[in-house]
Amino acid sequence: MNPKKPVNHQKEAVITIRNLKISFGDLHVLRGVDLDLYQGENLVVLGRSGTGKSVLIKIIAGLLEPDQGSVNVLGEDVGKLNKRELDALRLKLGFSFQNSALYDSMTVRENLEFPLIRNVRNLSRADINKAVEEALADVGLSQTINQMPSELSGGQRKRIGIARTLILKPEIMLYDEPTAGLDPITSNEINHLINEVQERHNTSSIIITHDLTCAKAVGDRIAMLLDGRFERQGTFDEVFEDSNDERAKQFYEYNFVN
Amino acid sequence: MQASQTSSSTETAEKPVVTRRLDRMFLALSDVASFVGQFFKEVFAPPYEGKEIIRQCYEVGVRSLPLISLTGFITGIVFTNQSRPSLATFGATSWLPSLISIALVRALAPLVTALIASGRVGSNIGAELGSMRVTEQIEAMEVSGTNPFKFLVVTRVIATTFMIPTLAMFFVFLGVMGSYVNVAQNEKTSFMSFIETFFSSITFLDINSTIIKSLIFGFTIGIVGCYKGYNSSKGTEGVGKAANASVVTSMFLVFIEELLFLQVINAIRAA
Repeated sequence: MNPKKPVNHQKEAVITIRNLKISFGDLHVLRGVDLDLYQGENLVVLGRSGTGKSVLIKIIAGLLEPDQGSVNVLGEDVGKLNKRELDALRLKLGFSFQNSALYDSMTVRENLEFPLIRNVRNLSRADINKAVEEALADVGLSQTINQMPSELSGGQRKRIGIARTLILKPEIMLYDEPTAGLDPITSNEINHLINEVQERHNTSSIIITHDLTCAKAVGDRIAMLLDGRFERQGTFDEVFEDSNDERAKQFYEYNFVN
Repeated sequence: MQASQTSSSTETAEKPVVTRRLDRMFLALSDVASFVGQFFKEVFAPPYEGKEIIRQCYEVGVRSLPLISLTGFITGIVFTNQSRPSLATFGATSWLPSLISIALVRALAPLVTALIASGRVGSNIGAELGSMRVTEQIEAMEVSGTNPFKFLVVTRVIATTFMIPTLAMFFVFLGVMGSYVNVAQNEKTSFMSFIETFFSSITFLDINSTIIKSLIFGFTIGIVGCYKGYNSSKGTEGVGKAANASVVTSMFLVFIEELLFLQVINAIRAA
């Protein structure tokens, strides 16, 4: 598989992370992370399970507080925002959860309406219906509108999860393991969808994964999390194929050779 | 890291078991207190989530009606039937409605309703919120600009607080009906006469105390279920534990509250 052709992004950082540290008890997960996400790019954060990849995007979304360091999102320091300011910032972020996190007690339509009704005032029923239908059409699942999440397949759930985040037209997308637990064909469809979202909505995205096929297909830039720090950053080829780093080579071989 | 692990495990080993348990208990109590405090902080602040409160009232109230109705009706029949022989010994079966009214209104209705609700509603809330926690639905709500505490916890606690007294009153009504069915089969008493005797034995204090007691029971069931579910962890195992702990803890607290409330009401009656 050929690596994705990098987008010609402007060098304006929409997320800036400096010296980020977090520990859980005696377990030091992030040990001084520095990272920039530039406008319009897809940045893939790679790493083995348990290295703190999901923790990183939860800190970006203000769901976890770091022990040390700063996270600046769209010009705002996440750690210094009050509850209301944080909620306002979160509306500019789309968070696609590993298990989709669809609300089990609601239909697909209600899942999509939920963030819209609660955050956008003075919307008519027609406006809401139009937005829901557009978001579903974006992910190619218009026919599921009245289904319950329990009636959907894993891939469909992922797509609906992405549609739910897109309905508020976010500027930044955070994907947590978008292809985890999916078969290769469905994973490929999700990879296409991530690229489509980037092109159609001009979003900047951080994609957390340990799936190199996904990283190669969607990543404009790869950042590899090793021992709580980003030790390697660059294009896919720079990080893996032109690399002499044993850990990167091992990661590559387990994904593509074994 | 290894050094800190070693020192931490040494510290833990040095602490006596009783001290460690007391530490955990006080930490848990402070956690509960902060959860209850957050409820009172959020309940008066807008937005008020009226639609969700109504939906939860339906879930707690209307969906519990069949079980409450059946239990209330059967309690009325059984309690009347079991009390008759003792009263008949003294030729006092005409006191049956009075006995039933006092038993139902003062103790049985609020207590049995609360116990049924602990099982049905408490476990449901614990499991539902626990499952939402482990599948990241609560976090999804948070990142989509919704206050999950307000939407999930406040609405459920309000629903249980106001629906349990309503269900308890319904329990009394069905209990009276059940009791009359039994009385009508065995004594020649008209319905009007039965009702008149029933109400002549209870006072406003009885009714008010039952309502207040049920409000407290309802609040307890809601807050315990929400606390256990909202703070659940450890995957699906945690969901089961949350549901189970909701029932056990709320039943235990309901009995303790019943005992305390009894002392307060007795003191008011004596005054």
